[in-house]
Amino acid sequence: MIKIKNLHANVEGTEILKGINLEVNPGEIHAIMGPNGSGKSTLANVLAGHEAYEVTAGEIIFDDTNIIEMDPDERAREGLFLAFQYPIEIPGVSNAVFLKTAINEIRKHNGVEEISAKDFLALIREKAEILGMDSSLISRSVNQGFSGGEKKRNEILQLLTLNPKLAVLDETDSGLDIDALKIVSHGVNEFKNENNAVILVTHYQRLLDYIIPDFVHVLYKGKIVKSGDKNLALELEERGYDWIIKEQPQTV
Amino acid sequence: MSKEKNIKNWYLDNFNKFEEKVKADSFSSFRKEATSKFENSEFPTRKEEEWKYTNVSPILDHEFTPAPLFIDESKDLQSIEEYKIENLDVHLLVFKNGVFDKVLSNIEEVEDGIIIESLYNLSKSNPEFISKHLSKNNKTINAFNLLNNAFTYDGFVVYVPKNKVVEKPIHILNIASDSINKPLVQPRNLVVAEENSQVKIITEYIGNKNAEYFTNILTEISVDENANVTFYKLQNESTTAYHIDKTDIYQKGSSVFNHFSLSFGSKIARNDINVKLDGEQIESHLYGLYLGNEEQHIDHHTFIEHAKPNCMSNELYKGILDDKARGVFSGKILVDQIAQKTNAFQSNKSVLLSNDASVDAKPQLEIYADDVKCSHGATVGKLDEEAYFYIQSRGVSAEAARSMLIRAFIDDVVSEIKIDELREKVNHTIFEHLQRVEF
Repeated sequence: MIKIKNLHANVEGTEILKGINLEVNPGEIHAIMGPNGSGKSTLANVLAGHEAYEVTAGEIIFDDTNIIEMDPDERAREGLFLAFQYPIEIPGVSNAVFLKTAINEIRKHNGVEEISAKDFLALIREKAEILGMDSSLISRSVNQGFSGGEKKRNEILQLLTLNPKLAVLDETDSGLDIDALKIVSHGVNEFKNENNAVILVTHYQRLLDYIIPDFVHVLYKGKIVKSGDKNLALELEERGYDWIIKEQPQTV
Repeated sequence: MSKEKNIKNWYLDNFNKFEEKVKADSFSSFRKEATSKFENSEFPTRKEEEWKYTNVSPILDHEFTPAPLFIDESKDLQSIEEYKIENLDVHLLVFKNGVFDKVLSNIEEVEDGIIIESLYNLSKSNPEFISKHLSKNNKTINAFNLLNNAFTYDGFVVYVPKNKVVEKPIHILNIASDSINKPLVQPRNLVVAEENSQVKIITEYIGNKNAEYFTNILTEISVDENANVTFYKLQNESTTAYHIDKTDIYQKGSSVFNHFSLSFGSKIARNDINVKLDGEQIESHLYGLYLGNEEQHIDHHTFIEHAKPNCMSNELYKGILDDKARGVFSGKILVDQIAQKTNAFQSNKSVLLSNDASVDAKPQLEIYADDVKCSHGATVGKLDEEAYFYIQSRGVSAEAARSMLIRAFIDDVVSEIKIDELREKVNHTIFEHLQRVEF
């Protein structure tokens, strides 16, 4: 589904990603873990096409197309979704307008006719219910006045309604209490099937108790330094990151 | 001879032609007096504090011909359907180049005593009314205002007697049509709402694309005890036109006045909105929206005088400026010494879509009472880049994302328009305007 090859990226002239290689196939869940500052969020943002991040080398092949030159909206229409670590508040734009516009742009791209008002409402109700959300939220402004947990849930609501091929979840677990974490995880598991894929970016192993990854990768100083299965996450939980860092060749 | 002197002479010459043409009417002596004052007045320059952000010199480069010396022969105005507010039942008054057009207008029957009429017609049928009410609340006279006075001829008059309600909104459509002449359009408008009356007025200024003309407006609005007046102004002039408007509002106790200045057009626009709150328990709401691009210059000056205690005024102005467009907002609030328990709020926010666009914001509070709540705030910024990315990341094109954010930014002004059909029209105008904006 997606192949990341030798990806290098800068933020304000500083190299953050220093050669990432990663392949994710349909039906797989990959967890990207690592200490703070290792480049996890940068990777998520680069995948989504944030213009503050400059790709200096490498390729991102998504469904056989290199998407490096694509704008964020084009990537989204191709089926890539980023759940934000810090979802943005947009006063004055209702969730309904926001989601309906997004759904229709993606539909238009796929040659499907626009969603009817009735179908749209039914879709929102169905997906909101999975997340225990009140569908009246659609008349409220996007994320405005939402608690941290509500914002994260709203990200997953968008994931479920837009139904992309690849979901990149950037620290969706951060700031969530255990109940909210269960709800959000339930949403992601509802989304997941054999034709789509998930990349989970997380600092903590806890999320992986509820969303079981097929692969776990450790990102350190802009590179994937260790890969394994879900047991690697458990080991990290127990031992921290230091032992992996110590395994790395010292650079001056 | 200086440019200014030349243009003054041009208008003074025209004054004589004008008097010959319109013959003696009830405004003759009024005009004559104004003309001699105009002769001795100066056009404002940037050296004056109130004009330091707006250079009117380009307006003085043109020789505009005052209505009704300008005879509109254009046949392209047979239909005004496209300018009507869809699905809204109104009293419609149409002015072409500043002169009332009875055929295109449609004033429906109203209750006894209510007047909805052109100034010209009313000056013939009821000159006593005019002399009783006109120029009662007209202050800070400059050369532009005097120019309007010197050619007083037409405009609209709305009079609502005590306890009466004008149910349907009044829509006043001012159309400047393209022609070989450059018309000087000078509406002289008057609104008198007596005690406990209610009325909603929508004034609209439009012009043919690329038409060069100058609209120079004077409007007086008097809102008596417990009256409720809402006044909408849609300024959608040609972007090659000039627009100067002074509106003076006088409010008495327990009255409510809402003003909307929605500015989209003109090359240079200057709006002076002066409100005097001369009674207790008054509410004044001034809303503004300005969308400028290319080299448009849109200036709003508001002046609110709290002359009595226990009143509230609220100003909310929002602007979107692109290309080399420039916005000006100067909001002065004066709280007299006796005006205790005044609540005065003012907010002006602008978004710049290009590096060459600019805004000058100047709040001025002059407070002589000690028990008041006054606040003001001005912000200038860019569209929230993170919000922009967020919307785009959901598959929405850059253009649509920007439009969504702009609409969100101005929503708190637009949503205050309580006539749904008008709000639709304004939304449509905003949409058309944003289409002009390059992304």
